[in-house]
Amino acid sequence: MGIRFILMVNKQGQTRLAQYYEYLTLEERRALEGEIVRKCLARNEQQCSFVEHRNYKIVYRRYASLFFLVGVDNEENELAILEFIHLLVETMDRHFGNVCELDIMFHLEKAHFMLEEMVMNGCIIETSKANILAPIQLMDKAS
Amino acid sequence: MNPFSSGTRLRDMIRAIRACKTAAEERAVVRKESAAIRAAVGENDNDYRHRNLAKLMFIHMLGYPTHFGQMECLKLIASSGFPEKRIGYLGLMLLLDERQEVLMLVTNSLKQDLNHSNQYIVGLALCALGNICSAEMARDLAPEVERLLQFRDPNVRKKAALCSIRIIKKVPDLAENFVNPAAALLKEKHHGVLLTGLQLCTDLCKISEEALEYFRKKCTESVVKALKDVVNSPYAPEYDISGITDPFLHIRLLRFLRILGHGDADASDCMNDILAQVATKTESNKNAGNAILYECVETIMSIEDNSGLRVLAINILGRFLSNRDNNIRYVALNMLMRAITVDAQAVQRHRATILECVKDSDASIRKRALELLYLLVNESNVKSLTKELIEHLEVSEQEFKGDLTAKICSIVEKFSTEKIWYIDQMLKVLSEAGNFVKDDVWHALIVVISNASNLHGYTVRSLYKAVQTSGEQESLVRVAVWCIGEYGEMLVNSTGMLDIEEPITVTESDAVDVIEIALKHHTSDLTTQAMCLIALLKLSSRFPACSQRIKEIVVQNKGSLVLELQQRSIEFNYIIEKHQNIRSSLVERMPVLDEATYSGKRAGSLPATIPTSNGAAINLPNGVAKPTAAPLVDLLDLSSDDAPAPSSSGSDFLHDLLGVDLSPASSQSGNIQAQKSGTDVLLDLLSIGTPPAQSSSFSSDILSISQDNKTSSGNLLSSPSPQISSSAGGSPIMDLLDGFAPNPASSEVNGPAYPSVVAFESGSLKIEFNFSKPPGNPQTTTIQATFTNKSPNTFTDFIFQAAVPKFLQLHLDPASSNTLPESANGSITQDMRVTNSQHGKKSLDKSTISLVGCDTECSMMSGVAAVGTLSHWSNGISRMLHFAAFFLQFEGAVLVIMIIMGCNRSSGKQLARNEVETSNAK
Repeated sequence: MGIRFILMVNKQGQTRLAQYYEYLTLEERRALEGEIVRKCLARNEQQCSFVEHRNYKIVYRRYASLFFLVGVDNEENELAILEFIHLLVETMDRHFGNVCELDIMFHLEKAHFMLEEMVMNGCIIETSKANILAPIQLMDKAS
Repeated sequence: MNPFSSGTRLRDMIRAIRACKTAAEERAVVRKESAAIRAAVGENDNDYRHRNLAKLMFIHMLGYPTHFGQMECLKLIASSGFPEKRIGYLGLMLLLDERQEVLMLVTNSLKQDLNHSNQYIVGLALCALGNICSAEMARDLAPEVERLLQFRDPNVRKKAALCSIRIIKKVPDLAENFVNPAAALLKEKHHGVLLTGLQLCTDLCKISEEALEYFRKKCTESVVKALKDVVNSPYAPEYDISGITDPFLHIRLLRFLRILGHGDADASDCMNDILAQVATKTESNKNAGNAILYECVETIMSIEDNSGLRVLAINILGRFLSNRDNNIRYVALNMLMRAITVDAQAVQRHRATILECVKDSDASIRKRALELLYLLVNESNVKSLTKELIEHLEVSEQEFKGDLTAKICSIVEKFSTEKIWYIDQMLKVLSEAGNFVKDDVWHALIVVISNASNLHGYTVRSLYKAVQTSGEQESLVRVAVWCIGEYGEMLVNSTGMLDIEEPITVTESDAVDVIEIALKHHTSDLTTQAMCLIALLKLSSRFPACSQRIKEIVVQNKGSLVLELQQRSIEFNYIIEKHQNIRSSLVERMPVLDEATYSGKRAGSLPATIPTSNGAAINLPNGVAKPTAAPLVDLLDLSSDDAPAPSSSGSDFLHDLLGVDLSPASSQSGNIQAQKSGTDVLLDLLSIGTPPAQSSSFSSDILSISQDNKTSSGNLLSSPSPQISSSAGGSPIMDLLDGFAPNPASSEVNGPAYPSVVAFESGSLKIEFNFSKPPGNPQTTTIQATFTNKSPNTFTDFIFQAAVPKFLQLHLDPASSNTLPESANGSITQDMRVTNSQHGKKSLDKSTISLVGCDTECSMMSGVAAVGTLSHWSNGISRMLHFAAFFLQFEGAVLVIMIIMGCNRSSGKQLARNEVETSNAK
């Protein structure tokens, strides 16, 4: 299992989406998110996109006001995770059309559905945007 | 109605939360919403269930409790509509986890959905199962998942593959069922299925050796071919990332090849060509290409040796390392770390670059580089690297200093060949970053210094110089204080000058100045201050001219609020003032510490030897006070003046001083005891009535007990740690009790089957236990405790308590009185009935039986674990608390009883306060 959690956090450090692939209690989550966000948001553009925290490696990338943070274990290919974040953003872009923080907030469940089609139990399932979005579009059409 | 778009109330809630300016407002909104949802749950509101759940997910994301919505998820999953199911499953994955029992309820729904005719619903169920299934669910649902691996729709197959990973991880026994279907997935063309199939195979290989062999034989070629296909595939818009088709698939394939090729020459051979192609042809100007190269290098490093490929890989790494992009440099360092086991020489070539990375402004890169550099250190480069690192320590950022210091210390300890080099480097580190140095590091330094007898003078002078400029570094100050205390005259007389030294002139009062400054410095903690007092005591004998000044400094702490300092101050003051004749022998230089023992201890009991700051403070005074214990008897004029010289306890004293856990010292008591002539009260008492050979098991019991006491009675006694005092003030209780009365328990052990035992006897107090068993009821033992007060003072408010382990039952009868009349004019008796619920079942510890010399099941013994005195201030009156800890061996359990009695000395009025702390071992 490579990916252990995925977070989307805005510039102010508020969590906008959180998906964990391992069990953490609510308190642990809050603490972890707080620590990670503080660490990552303090870094500048030139510094590398990887931060080691506890036994996680956090790969993060910033898109406008939104930070995408992915916690992985040590075995994972960090560069590939960066690419994965980009794929996630592109997929959301394709669905929402230039995705922004508010899209994710008000369509939290859709963001989760997309994530569900991309990652399961910490592994990447699908890398084709069309395949990822197909079930979601189908559902939109049906309603 | 669509549950996702019509949820105006969900939108309203999100808006309301967004509008919140403070966390308190947000909490209020969430509370209100949660209450509404709970109400809706109670009413079983069908229409809004999904919307409520969507809200709950949002609330959950914000970090508020949402357990009350769990049942709602299950209801939604059980409903028939797809949208309801969809959000129900999402809620299930977000709000629940495998540890909750509620999850068991969902197994049935999952089973139905896995067999559903709608493939999307099947997909949902697989996804949920893959994310949260427990071992039981895995067993129940594995056949369904196995079947779905062959489902007609690839989107279901890929999910089934990942679901299988979860199942085999939860229940590894099931792995063999999945090997064949997994191998079939590797032949797929659909990227998603291939990607997930590879992951399943990878995980199967990790679990089962047979699976690995199977895949190696049957699938190596097809995986190589799949990689060839994807590398050479024409432009595929759906999977293209900056000119490369599906880098994720590349990476997965390379990773699986790594597993197949590792340790197998044939398989490695098979993949050589394609690896060479990937390593040479992949574009390295984009992140996606670099990700593939990174993975490829790792695969080349892991598979069986092929020198051509290795050269390619090392070259790629070199290119990465010199890249300007920090991300690439980071992964290069990461990679080199793994490559070091394969080709250390190639990595050594990049040493200079790596050293530069240690100084990088980016914390992540620094950390990686430091760890890598640590692995690169060897005998030949240790000196230059240490020099560089120590130089960097001066300019590095504060938060990095901790890591860097730890690594430097570790390198220096590991590779030091000459003591002088070790001492020099450590002093540099301590001067630069003494506050970041762990306790065991400076303890080890003291051990080394103590062993380097030809360097004592050099070291103490270097420390003197260092402390002038870096007086704020706590651990430097401690080492300096210790050394000046021990070797102060070498500092002043410039004894043992080395050629490399510049001569310095230090007067006796300069040396005392250093200690005085350290003692009074605002950052000094208890340990440092206590060490300063010891050093001053030592110097008072070494520098007779400064004796008066030292006495004045020591006396200043007489009123310290910290009990430890107060006590030391008073005791040392007495020694300086009244006991000139024994002082010099009392403060003799410490015997050389045994390096092997110390390092063995460090390695052997690592958790114990990394003392918390508190731990150090506890152990230090503990050891320090022991030698002074005997003279104190004298000082207080309560005993004859034949106090033996304390030097025999020197060695364990030192271990304790160095913060080594108490356990090694006391477990040695068996051996040490032989040489001891009753000096050490604690150890002596420990070994009463026990043959030396067996006392180790005995004292380890006590040890674990006293650990408990440490925490439980600390607050009670308003002392930082009662254990300190238990041994620190060893003799005052003796003075109260008039001398070193040995415990007579030993004489009792060969008596009748249930011998009565004198638990404690001294000039003032005698405690005796009588044992009896009612006939026909072997489970119950009655213990009658008799207390007799032989002192001329009456003890009032006497309380005696005891506690027992769980398998025993204790019934404590009231005491015959709560006043203990003076001069043995009467006694208090108190009965305890102890019932052993596991009589005959709980096996007895054989060693303790033989220890006592009884062979019955209710062998009992007792002894005094520790006696001591605490003094503390209360309402301006110094009050002495005497206490004694006993232990009683009873049917395989150890009962520990601590009695504390107080008497107010200044007024002569008796204040007896008895507290009993009990705890048990085993």
